[in-house]
Amino acid sequence: MTTEAIPTLMAFDDASLNQAFAALEQQARADAAALATPDAVEAFRLHWLGRKQGRLNEVSSRWLKAAPPEAKKALGQRFNALKAIVEGLLDAASGAGPTDATLAAEAIDITLPGSRRLTGAEHPITKTLNEIVSVFAALGYSVGVGPEVETDFYNFECMNFPPGHPARDTQDTLVVANQERRAQRDRLLLRTHTSPVQMRTMEQQPPPVRIVIPGKVHRNDAQDATHSPIFHQVEGLCVDTNITFSDLKGTLDHAMKALFGSSVKTRFFPSFFPFTEPSADVQISCIFCGGKGCRKCKHSGWIELLGCGMVDPAVFAFAQEKQPAYDPKKISGFAFGMGVERIAMMKYGISEIDQFYAGDMRFLGQFA
Amino acid sequence: MKILTKWLRAYLPELPVDDAQLAEDLTLRGIAVEGIFDLGPGNGSLYEMDITTNRVDAMNHYGIAREAAAIYGVPLLPLDLTLPAPQPAAAVFPVRIEAEDACGRFTARVLRSITVTDSRDWFAQAEVDTYFRLLEQKKISSAVDATNFVWLAMGQPTHAFDLDKIEGGIIVRRARKGEKLKTLDGIERTLDPEDLVVADHAKPLALAGVMGGWDSMITPATKNVLVEAAWFEPMAVRRTARRHGLHTDASHRFERGADFDAAPAASALVSRILLAAGGSIEGDLVDVRVPALEARTAARKPIALALSEVQRILGKTVDAEGITAATVEGVLAALGCTLAPAATDAWSVTLPSWRLDVEREIDLIEEVARVYGYNRFANTLPAFGGGVTALPWVQAEAAVRDTLRAAGFHEAIASTFCSAADAALTAPQPGLVVPLGNPLSEEAGVLRPSLVPGMLAMVAGNLHRDVSDVRLFEVGTVFSGTTDKVDERPALAFVAAGQLPEQSPLHPARLIDFHDVKGAVEQILARFQTRTVYFDRFPPEAGLTPAWLHPYRSARVVAEGTTVGWFGQLHPHEAAARKLKDAVLLGELYLDRLYKLPLRKPAARELSRFQPVRRDFSLVLDQSIAWEEIDAALAALNVPEIVDWRVREVFRDAKLGARDYSLLLGVTFQAADRTLRDEELQSYQAQVIAAVNKAGARLRS
Repeated sequence: MTTEAIPTLMAFDDASLNQAFAALEQQARADAAALATPDAVEAFRLHWLGRKQGRLNEVSSRWLKAAPPEAKKALGQRFNALKAIVEGLLDAASGAGPTDATLAAEAIDITLPGSRRLTGAEHPITKTLNEIVSVFAALGYSVGVGPEVETDFYNFECMNFPPGHPARDTQDTLVVANQERRAQRDRLLLRTHTSPVQMRTMEQQPPPVRIVIPGKVHRNDAQDATHSPIFHQVEGLCVDTNITFSDLKGTLDHAMKALFGSSVKTRFFPSFFPFTEPSADVQISCIFCGGKGCRKCKHSGWIELLGCGMVDPAVFAFAQEKQPAYDPKKISGFAFGMGVERIAMMKYGISEIDQFYAGDMRFLGQFA
Repeated sequence: MKILTKWLRAYLPELPVDDAQLAEDLTLRGIAVEGIFDLGPGNGSLYEMDITTNRVDAMNHYGIAREAAAIYGVPLLPLDLTLPAPQPAAAVFPVRIEAEDACGRFTARVLRSITVTDSRDWFAQAEVDTYFRLLEQKKISSAVDATNFVWLAMGQPTHAFDLDKIEGGIIVRRARKGEKLKTLDGIERTLDPEDLVVADHAKPLALAGVMGGWDSMITPATKNVLVEAAWFEPMAVRRTARRHGLHTDASHRFERGADFDAAPAASALVSRILLAAGGSIEGDLVDVRVPALEARTAARKPIALALSEVQRILGKTVDAEGITAATVEGVLAALGCTLAPAATDAWSVTLPSWRLDVEREIDLIEEVARVYGYNRFANTLPAFGGGVTALPWVQAEAAVRDTLRAAGFHEAIASTFCSAADAALTAPQPGLVVPLGNPLSEEAGVLRPSLVPGMLAMVAGNLHRDVSDVRLFEVGTVFSGTTDKVDERPALAFVAAGQLPEQSPLHPARLIDFHDVKGAVEQILARFQTRTVYFDRFPPEAGLTPAWLHPYRSARVVAEGTTVGWFGQLHPHEAAARKLKDAVLLGELYLDRLYKLPLRKPAARELSRFQPVRRDFSLVLDQSIAWEEIDAALAALNVPEIVDWRVREVFRDAKLGARDYSLLLGVTFQAADRTLRDEELQSYQAQVIAAVNKAGARLRS
């Protein structure tokens, strides 16, 4: 680093100034060329640009003050030019930064796993429910919900279950205690399907209706690999003028393609439900083998997935008690329902239904 | 149910398809063939069938043959019911229906001098022997085999009595109190006055429509037979069968509605078989009917059907022609309906006696669709002009779920039920727990009043399986009220044990604690727009803290003056009772209350361009002084330039007094419109010190 003191300037003509500033520039360049470490760069900065002892500060205080007024402008211009050069040298020196050896000493093992903040998983049932609901939302269906504890009226009677129907027996349905003394239709039970929401919705709202009903339901079933007394359903209801069986077919065919892929085919079988007529079971072509036949579809090429049908006029008759517009001669509609567990088990390859309700971190973590 | 295609084809000489195609076509029309088994050359196939209970008419060979005839439009041969001419009878055999509400028709035919054998060769024509062999139907005796054959052929239960055991004649009546009957299964039964019986003039002979009696059964010694073919009312048979714990072929059919007009045909078929080995008929068939029940079955009024209604409900077909009048007429006629034209493309339809499930116009429309073939209808989408409305709490629920998932909690779904003991422990409103009438088990005896029992079961399940890091939450319904009225509300519960939801090979792991869980609760509340949120706890003697929580390591959450939940460490008593060694943190929030708050809508504020100044204050406090008090004192200063203050560290220091603790307070000063001057900073710092002093803290020297 230059140790030579700043000389006293004797003359202020251009030539003298040029010479004096050139000498300083040369010193600065020589100093900058020798910089090797960040410490040295800092020393250079202090030596030349330091606010108190810096050489440029000294030039300013000694030369500028001593200059006669007519020379101040010329001196100032040269001073600023020199300052820019020194700052440039400093920038260049700082930019060089540490040497490769310094950097090598800072090496880390990038193959160690990253630190993870674990995020929680959506339950596969919730995930599947939401997927189904959004497929129907895109077709204009709003979400409807209702209570899990229902009356016999909403769960059975208005859904056209005859009085002696086996489903109304405690063998099949979980019931609230002490109902025996009440009228049959007022008896409280755990809803066995989400269908009661169909009636609750129609009672509240004249046609047209398009609702999709996700929810938890219960049956007095023995637990096995694929059955649970607690499970989830999504049902749908569409009522308007001129709703036809072919509309039901088209809607479900579209929905199954949206859920399982556009190559999926559907086929409809006659079935029987008290609340629809005609009623159908729907199969989709096996999503595992594409319909060729495999273990998952029991070599049939088809998987049974949902039940549906045209809303029975007797159901509309119940709705008419509160909303006269549900005249089965003027309007028509369809309803459908599917088990969410079954779909989730199929989509995610789950073999035991009770895993859904066990809260095992290892099981749930797979869905994060 | 097992069906032979060989037998079906005997009724359908023009059937145009092979067994596999027939099976598929039947299945697609709701007559489900579940399995096909080849029985070898000339024997056709065996179908394993699953017929839905509404189609009880198709649970036999002739019924399925009728379906096939309708599908392919081929003729169905009538049953051969020819009988030898009867011998004249001295008097008509006496039959009386006393229970006219429960028995609609009773036919009786007297056969004399028959021979009961165990041979089936007598009826070669109908290949009884072949059919029975292929069906692996056990050989019993000609009388039993005859009724079984008729059952398999046409689904009509019949019964043969030993005529010589009958005193007087037949009366169909209700049983008398205390009457006894030994049924064919050898059990001596005491009859209920509601039981429907076939009796003679002295005693009950059989449980009507359910099972015959022991004393009047056919034996090798039987010479004279009374053949019964009847129609019993479904409910009467169902009740009788249930009372006696019986379920027979006969009760199965009668309970679901038999064919009112099948009795004479069934009687003729049984008689033909019994007479094949000799004997004769005495007198005409005795046929007693109850007009009221006949009007509900065989003689129902015709129903109106219009093609326009068929098309309105069914819509478009793949074939551009759609459903035509010819299709409707062809299908319904093949199924046994009689169609009389009522107007253009409209009919008055007389219903077949065997299809009690068909009674309305819509039922006929369904039959048309079914036989035409569901998959021949087009896929159309209905027009839609409305909008989609969302449930009011959808966004709030999503916010709660998202927040917990982001905090590392997995979503779980637990049982809707819990034990009465768990309910008593966790119910927010003690006593308002709703029991079930027929619980799945004692552990599931009541509707859950809280989500906490589910969380406890799940955390225990994980810890007992050596899964030590647990973080679960559930959003679900909780129940309160009485067995008269049940109230349902949405709730949220969460549970945590083990280490923080972080995984790093470089940083040390740490056990999750109260304040981690409190952070999650705070984050949930931060999603809502609130003016005041605070956490407090009560002295144990107040009895306000839920019993499942550690009395000194739990907190109540209050938002806008309403209790929205509780959380903290599981009470050590409960932990010990559930064999949980690790500290378990859990809580429950009442979502119905939270959902009343609006969701917070983010709004940007102007950010200061001026330098913030951070200063730390090392405080010493008595352990009785909670952070809340320091916090409140600083808030009370209400100095806009004190923009943030927080606890940087809390620790015990041996150099301090035994009741003291150290708290490092970090304060940030910043002005919106200027750089703070030194004098200003000095003044604010002095105010901070004065405020914390007033709250009981002193500055550590």
